[in-house]
Amino acid sequence: MYAFEYHRPTSIREAANLANQSEDIKFLAGGHTLLPTMKLRLASPANLIDLGQIAELRGIERSGDAIVIGAMTKHAEVANSAVVREAIPALANLAELIGDPHVRNRGTIGGSIANNDPSADYPAACLALNATIATDKRRIAADDFFQGIFTTALGEGEIITQISFPIPLRAAYAKFRHPASRYALVGVFVAQHTGGVRLAVTGAGSNGVFRIAAMEEALSRNFVAESLDGISAPMDEMNSDIHADAAYRAHLVGVMARRAVQAAARG
Amino acid sequence: MTTVSLTVNGQSVTSDVDPRTLLVQFLRENLRLTGTHVGCDTSQCGACIVHLNGQAVKACTVLAVQAHASAITTIEGIAQGGELHPMQAAFREHHGLQCGYCTPGMIMSAIDIVSRKGNALDEQTIRAELEGNLCRCTGYHNIVKAIAAGAQAMAQAPLQQAAE
Ligand SMILES: Cc1cc2nc3c(=O)[nH]c(=O)nc-3n(C[C@H](O)[C@H](O)[C@H](O)COP(=O)(O)OP(=O)(O)OC[C@H]3O[C@@H](n4cnc5c(N)ncnc54)[C@H](O)[C@@H]3O)c2cc1C
Ligand code: FES
Ligand code: FES
Repeated sequence: MYAFEYHRPTSIREAANLANQSEDIKFLAGGHTLLPTMKLRLASPANLIDLGQIAELRGIERSGDAIVIGAMTKHAEVANSAVVREAIPALANLAELIGDPHVRNRGTIGGSIANNDPSADYPAACLALNATIATDKRRIAADDFFQGIFTTALGEGEIITQISFPIPLRAAYAKFRHPASRYALVGVFVAQHTGGVRLAVTGAGSNGVFRIAAMEEALSRNFVAESLDGISAPMDEMNSDIHADAAYRAHLVGVMARRAVQAAARG
Repeated sequence: MTTVSLTVNGQSVTSDVDPRTLLVQFLRENLRLTGTHVGCDTSQCGACIVHLNGQAVKACTVLAVQAHASAITTIEGIAQGGELHPMQAAFREHHGLQCGYCTPGMIMSAIDIVSRKGNALDEQTIRAELEGNLCRCTGYHNIVKAIAAGAQAMAQAPLQQAAE
C-alpha cells in the first residue's frame, strides 16, 4: 500500500470541505473493498478521508412509507434491524447474505453502492425497490445512479449520505453465491409495488446491475413464478468469465427470478 | 504520522503510526502481540480476527488509525490470570487444532458467535457462522465440536464472559 495523508472528519460538512480542498482524495467507509484495492496498488489516493467518525451518516429509521438508512450503516446492522425486518424483510435477508460475519461487521451500505461492484448485492435491492440515493449535494434515483461496472452518477468528492427505500407490498432476494468469494454469481431482487413489479439482476450483467422489463410486465399482470415461463434473460447483456459462461448465467437468472417470486409470494 | 489512542486487552495505548499501518501489523509489530496471525492478508481466512468494540473483525482489513478511540481484544486478552478462557479450554479438550495457525482467529470468532447466537449452538449454525474462517488442517470437524462445547462452558462461567 502506498503512503497517504489520513483525515478523520466528524461531520459531513467537514468531510466535504476536506474533499474540496485536497487533491486526489478517496473516502474510506468500511474499507473492505478499498483497503484490499490499495494493498494491490490498484488505488493509491494521496488523501484518505475516513467517514467512520461521522455520527450523522449512521442509523436506520422508518420515515413515512420508506426505510431510510445512513450511508455508514454496516451490513450487520441492517441484517439485525427490527425496523428493516418488519418493513422490508427481503432487505435484511440480503444484508445477511453478504460475505461472512466479519465482513458484515465492517462493510457499509454506502460503500457497497458507491463501489457498484457488478457482483454486489445492494445495487439489486436499490433498483428493484426504486430507492433514492441522497448525497451531500442532491438526490439521485437508483435508475440514474448505477451506470455500469464500478461506475455511478457520483461526482468528484460527492458523499452518499443516506439511501431511502420505499416499502413494497412484497419483495424477496434470491442469490446464487459464488462458493469461494460469496459474492453473487447471480442475484435477483423482485419487489411488488402498488404501481407494478420491479425486478433487478446483479452478478450476471456485463454492464453491471440491470432490470428485465419483460419479466416485470409479466409479473405485474400476475405475480406468480409461472408468469416467467417462456421469458428468458437477454443473452447480449450477460457476463462471461472463468466462473460461469453467459448461457449458464442467463439460465441462473431465470431460476433465481422464479425462486425470488415464490419466496415473495410466500411472504 | 498520525496519533492513535486505543485500549488493547484492557490497557490504554497511544502511539504515532504511519496511517497505512494495518491494525494487525500494529498489534503484532508495535505491541508484539503475535497471537493474532496473518494467513492471507486478503480478508478471506480469518486468522487475523480480533474484537473491535466487542465485534469480531478481520484486522488485516482495518487500519490502525480506524481503531482510534476503540477497545480491542486479542487472543492474548481472554485468559484470566493464567486460566484458559472456556473456549480455549474446549479447543484443547476436543483437539480443535493441528498446526494452530488458524486457532486464534477461530477462537475469537467462536466467542463472537456465542455473544450473538447464545450458548446452545447446533452444528449447522456453527458451520454457517464459520464462513469467514479457513483451516487447512483439521477438516473443521473438531473445531465445530470444540465450539459447541466451549459455548456450553461459557454459560457456566459468567464472570469470564462479562470480563471479555
Ligand atoms: C471477503 C469479502 C467478501 C465479500 N462478499 C460480498 C458479497 O457477498 N456481496 C457484496 O455485495 N459485497 C461483498 N463484499 C464487499 C463488502 O460488502 C464491502 O464492504 C463493500 O462493497 C464496500 O463497502 P465498504 O464500506 O467496505 O467501503 P470501502 O471499501 O471503504 O469503500 C468502497 C468505495 O466506495 C467509496 N465510498 C464509501 N463510502 C462512500 C460514501 N458514503 N460516499 C461516497 N463514496 C463512498 C470509497 O471511496 C471507495 O471508493 C465482500 C468483501 C470481502 C472482503
Ligand atoms: S489474514 Fe486477515 S483474513 Fe486472512
Ligand atoms: S489447525 Fe492448521 S490451519 Fe487450522
